[in-house]
Amino acid sequence: MDLNTIDTLVRPAVRRDLPAPARGDAFLAGGTWLFSEPQRDLVRLIDLPSLGWIPIAQEPDRLVLAATCTLAGLDAWAADAGWAAADMVRRCCRALWGSFKICNAATIGGNLCLALPAAPMAALTIALEATCVVWSGLETDRIPADRFILGPQRTCLAPGAVLRQIEVPSALLSARFALRQASLTVEGRSAALLIGRLDRDGFALAITASVPRPLSLRFDRLPDGAALRAAIEAASAADGWYDDMHGAPDWRRHMTVRLAGEILAELAA
Amino acid sequence: MRLVIDGAPRALAVTPGQCLRTALRADGNFGVKKGCDSGDCGACTVLLDGVPVHSCLTPAFRAEGCRVTTVGGLAAPGAGPDGLHPVQRAFLEHTAFQCGFCTPGMLVTASSLDQAQRRELARSMKGNICRCTGYGPIGDAIASLDAPMLPPVQRDPRSPLAPAAQAIVRGTARFTFDLPTADALQMVLLRSPHPHARIVSIDRDAALAVPGVRLVLTHEDVPALLYSTARHQDFRDSPDDTRLLDDVVRHAGQRVAAVVADTLAAAERGRDRLVVRYAPLPPVPTPDAALRADAPVIHDKDGAIARIADPRRNLVMALHDEVGDTAAGFAEADMVHEAEYRTQRMQHGHLETHGALAWIAEDGVLTVRTSSQVPFLTRDALARLFDRPPESVRVFCERVGGGFGGKQEMLCEDIVAFAALRTGRAVQLEFTREEQFTAATCRHPMRIRTRIGARRDGTLTALSIDLLSDTGAYGNFGAAVMFHAVNESIALYRCANKKVDARVVYTTTPPAGAFRGFGLGQACFAIEQSLDEIAGRLGIDPIAMRERTVIRPGDPMISTSGALHDVEYGSYGLDQCLAHLRTALRHDAVPDEIARDPDWCVGSGIACAMIDSAPPFGHRAQAGIALTDAGYVLTIGTAEFGNGSTTTHLQIAAAALGTSPDRIAIRQSDTALLGHDTGAFGSTGTAIAGLATERAAQALAGLIRQAATDRTGQAGDWRLTPDGVRDGDRLVTLAALAPLSADGEVAGTPRSVCFNVHGFRVAVHRPTGALRILQSVHAADAGHVINPVQCRGQVEGGVAQGIGSALFEQIRLDETGTVSNASFRSYHMPRLADLPRTEVFFADTHDRLGPLGAKPMSESPFNPVPAALANALADATGVRFRETPFTADRIWRALAAADGPC
Repeated sequence: MDLNTIDTLVRPAVRRDLPAPARGDAFLAGGTWLFSEPQRDLVRLIDLPSLGWIPIAQEPDRLVLAATCTLAGLDAWAADAGWAAADMVRRCCRALWGSFKICNAATIGGNLCLALPAAPMAALTIALEATCVVWSGLETDRIPADRFILGPQRTCLAPGAVLRQIEVPSALLSARFALRQASLTVEGRSAALLIGRLDRDGFALAITASVPRPLSLRFDRLPDGAALRAAIEAASAADGWYDDMHGAPDWRRHMTVRLAGEILAELAA
Repeated sequence: MRLVIDGAPRALAVTPGQCLRTALRADGNFGVKKGCDSGDCGACTVLLDGVPVHSCLTPAFRAEGCRVTTVGGLAAPGAGPDGLHPVQRAFLEHTAFQCGFCTPGMLVTASSLDQAQRRELARSMKGNICRCTGYGPIGDAIASLDAPMLPPVQRDPRSPLAPAAQAIVRGTARFTFDLPTADALQMVLLRSPHPHARIVSIDRDAALAVPGVRLVLTHEDVPALLYSTARHQDFRDSPDDTRLLDDVVRHAGQRVAAVVADTLAAAERGRDRLVVRYAPLPPVPTPDAALRADAPVIHDKDGAIARIADPRRNLVMALHDEVGDTAAGFAEADMVHEAEYRTQRMQHGHLETHGALAWIAEDGVLTVRTSSQVPFLTRDALARLFDRPPESVRVFCERVGGGFGGKQEMLCEDIVAFAALRTGRAVQLEFTREEQFTAATCRHPMRIRTRIGARRDGTLTALSIDLLSDTGAYGNFGAAVMFHAVNESIALYRCANKKVDARVVYTTTPPAGAFRGFGLGQACFAIEQSLDEIAGRLGIDPIAMRERTVIRPGDPMISTSGALHDVEYGSYGLDQCLAHLRTALRHDAVPDEIARDPDWCVGSGIACAMIDSAPPFGHRAQAGIALTDAGYVLTIGTAEFGNGSTTTHLQIAAAALGTSPDRIAIRQSDTALLGHDTGAFGSTGTAIAGLATERAAQALAGLIRQAATDRTGQAGDWRLTPDGVRDGDRLVTLAALAPLSADGEVAGTPRSVCFNVHGFRVAVHRPTGALRILQSVHAADAGHVINPVQCRGQVEGGVAQGIGSALFEQIRLDETGTVSNASFRSYHMPRLADLPRTEVFFADTHDRLGPLGAKPMSESPFNPVPAALANALADATGVRFRETPFTADRIWRALAAADGPC
C-alpha cells in the first residue's frame, strides 16, 4: 500500500552513505512487510538493496548470505548446492506463509528483523548456528542467531543498526537435518516450525513459531523422548507458548512435542 | 521514472512511499487491481522483468528501467489468432471467473508458472484469492495448459459465456474505480478507536490547515435524519438508528469525521491532525452483556419512531410464537434432543471493497457511481436523506467486484454524496481492506438452542428453537435476518408443534448485515445437526431420517403463525437431491495412507436446506426491451457482480425472441434507465428480474409479430428468427420493423421453494486435529437450469464459502469488542489449497413460477455446508462440534478431551 507519510528516500551506494538514525526512519529491503501495513509514523526510507550487496558468497570456511538476499534467490541457489543441508534450506524458504511471489521480493534479513514468531529464517539460521553481522554506526557486531530475536517483532538491533549479513560455518552444511512444520491450514502460516540437526557435536533442536521467541536446545547425543520432552517444557517455561489466530497455545505445545519426537525418530533412523 | 509497461515506454511521476500498483493505475493500467493492499490476495500481480510480484508491496521506484507486464500485456508473446495468451484462452474455456475482479492477477500469476509449479497449484496459487468460484475451474484452466493435445473444451450450448467474459480475461472490464479520477477530491474517514463513547469535541483547525484539505465533516455538519444503511424494498424493515455522522460512537471503527482533500495523501494527513475528545462509555461486547438488566443503553431513542422493539433492553426485535402444542408434543416423544450451537462473525470477503464516486452532473443531478447490489434502493435512500426528489439523484454501477450481501448496504454513498453536494466537486471514497473488517458489515453471529422431540420411527413430535442474534452497533437487517433464520429452516420439517423464541440485540461491536444465506446458514447449522443427532440416537440413517421427516408437495409449510402464505410448491426436487446423495457418497473410497494408519478416522454426513425463491413482502423488478435499427437492446436494473444473472437474462430474452444471446445488447444497473429494481439480493437475479425480462421479451415478440402482420397486410404464423420474422417463405427483416419496445414488471409474489443437500466424507487425524475432506457432493433443486456452467459455478462458490465458514473464517474481537484480525493475513479466506472439488448434481424439475422453469441458486448452496461438515466430523470422531469454525486446534482439543490423556 502507499506509505503517504514518506517524504524522503535515501539510496546509499556504500556504507558511509547511511544516514544518522532519526525518528521516522525505516530500512527498506524487499518491502513485503513494510508496504503491507499502514506505517503512519514513518517519514524516511533507507533503501538497502541500493548498497548492491552480493546475495550469496561461498567461502572456504563459511557461507555468507547478504541480508538483502531474497528467499527465492536462496531457494534457487540451494537447489544446485549439493550439500546435505540444501533440502532443509529450501524447505525453510518455502515455509514462508507468503506466496512464491512474496519470496521473489522478501529477504532473509527482512524476515529476521521483522522477527515474527513464524519467521522461517529464524529457524534456518539457528539450525545452522549462523552469526548475524550487524552494522552499528561504524562498529560491526557479531551476534549468534539464537540471540538475535528477543520476542514477537523485537530484535536486539539498536535504532539505526543494520543487519548486514548472515554467516554460516561451512562444516554445518554437511550435517543431517530434519524439519517439521505444523499449520492450521495446508500451506498456511507456521504454528510450529522445528529443525533438528545431528552431527559429530551431538543433537541440536531449533523451535520456532510455537513460541514467542526461538528456542535452541543442545544435547551431546540424541536424547530419548522423555528427556527431549522435559527439555522442551523447561525451555518454554519462561515465555510460554505463542497465542494468535494461527493456532492455540495448547495445540502449539502439543504439536511441538509431537514434531520434536518425529524429528528424533527421523534422525535416529 | 522511466519504464516499459506492456511493451510501451512510459514516464511516470512517483512519490517515495508509493507502491507500484498505484503508479500503474494512475497511468491508466486498470487491469492491475487493488484487492487487499497487503500482498495477500494477488489481484495486483504484475511481472517485473518477467518475475511475478505483488505490485501493492513493490515500491514504485524499484520499477525504474524495468519491463512491467500487466494482464494487458500478456497476449504479446504467446498470442494466438484471437489475440489471447493461452492462459487467457483457458480461463475463457473453463469459465474460470465469476465477478472477475481477481482474474487479472490470477492470469498474470498463472502465466508465469512453469510446468513444475503448475503441478503444485496448491502452493503456486496460494497468493491469489478468489471468493466467487471455489477455484475448481481455475485449477482446471491452468492444468489444461499441460494437456495441449486434448481437444478444445466443448461448450455446452446451453451455457454461453457471460457477455463480459472477453473483457474480464483481457483486464478491460470496468469496475467501480477503473476510470481516470484525477480531478476527483479524495475522502478518508477518521474512525473511532473506542467501542462506545460520546464525542465531546472535534478540533478541525489543524486538519484544515493541511495544504490540499478542502473540507472536514463532523456530526455538527450533517442532517439530523436517522436512517438505516440496510437497503430493503421497504426501508422500514430495519430500524432508523444511524446518522450520517453521529456524536455517539457505538463500535470501534465507526466513522467520526470525513476529510476531503485534493489527494489521498493530503486527506490522510488531515485525518491524522484531527483532535477528537471522547468521553468513553462502557462497552457492551456480547449479547449476554447487552441483555443484562443493568446493561448500558446503546441506542437512547424512541423505539416507536426508530422502530426498535425495546431500546432500554438493547432489543432490536423479538419473536415468541407457537404453532400447535409443543408441550404435548414433547410429552408424546420417545426422545428429546437438546443442544446449543454457535456461529461466528464472518466477513463477506468480496475482493472489490466498498467505494463510491459522487458528483453533481451538469443538469444538477446528484450522480453516484458505486459498487452496489442495490443502486435503485440507494437512490431512494439518498433522496430521502438529502430531501431531494428521486429524479434528481442518479445511482449506477458498472461491473461490481463481488457482493455476497455485503453490498446491499449504503456504507459510503451517503457520505460521498454529502461531500459532493457541499463542495460541488466530484468526491471519491474507497474502503481499505481493514475498513472492510472494522467498519463494513459482517454476518450476524448467533447462539441457537434447539429442543426437538421424536418418536422411535423418527417422526418429529415437537420442535422448538431459541435464537439469539448479535446485530452489533446498528440494526442493519437484524430483524429480517432473524425472521428468515427461523422460517425455512424449520418449515422444512413435518411437525405439527413448533415453537420459536428469537431475539436480536445491539452490542457495541461492528454491525452485522445481509450475508449470503440471510440467517439460514446459521439456523441450518443448528437444525441440521440436531436432526443428525436424533437420527444417530435412534439408529436411523441420516438420509432416511430426512426422507421420513421433510415436507412434500401438499404438506403445509409451517414455521410461525405470522409467516406469509404466498409460498407454493412451484416444483419439488428434494427427494431427487437426497437420492443423488445416497448414490454419490462412496463410502469405500479411502486413500491408502489413511486406510493404513489407525490414527485417522473416517466418516460422512449430510445436511439439507430449503429457501424461498424470493424475499418476503415483495421484490420488484422492471425490464425494458427494444428493437432498434441496431438490433435488440435489453434494459434491466440488476447489477452484475459475478452471479451471472446478466447472461441468463440474455438467454431468457433470446429464447422469447428466437435469437441468440450475443445479438442482444444490454444496459443495466443505472437508475437513469428504469423506474425501479429492488436489487440483486435474495437470489432474485434470475427468478425475479429474469421473469421481468421474460415478460418484456414475450411482449416484444408479440409486437413484432403484429408489426409483421401490419406491414405485410397478411396474418400468418409469424415465427421469430435471428434475422427476421418468418412465415413459410416470407421474411420480414427486424430492421424493417424497428423501432418497437416493450416492458415487463414483476412484484415478487407468489414465491416457490428451492432445495439443497450437501454431503461430505472426511478423514480426521486424531493426534493432530487435521481434517481432510475426502469427498464433497452437492445436489441442488434449481428448477430448469438455464445455464448449467454458471449455475454449477454458483453452487461451487457457495460450497467454498460454506467450507470457509465451517473450517477457517472468524472475525476475532478483543474483550472490548474491537476487531483484532482486520486483514486477509489473519482472517483466513479459503485458498485453492483449502478446497476440495465438489461433485454437483441438479434435480430434474421445472418450476411453474420461474422464468423458463428456473429457480434461484446463488445463496442457498452455502446454507447446508457447515452442518454437513459437522455431521461428517461427528460420524468420524464421535465428538460433536457445535461451534464454527472447527479449526485443527479445536478439533484436536475436543478429541484429546474425549480420548483422555495420551
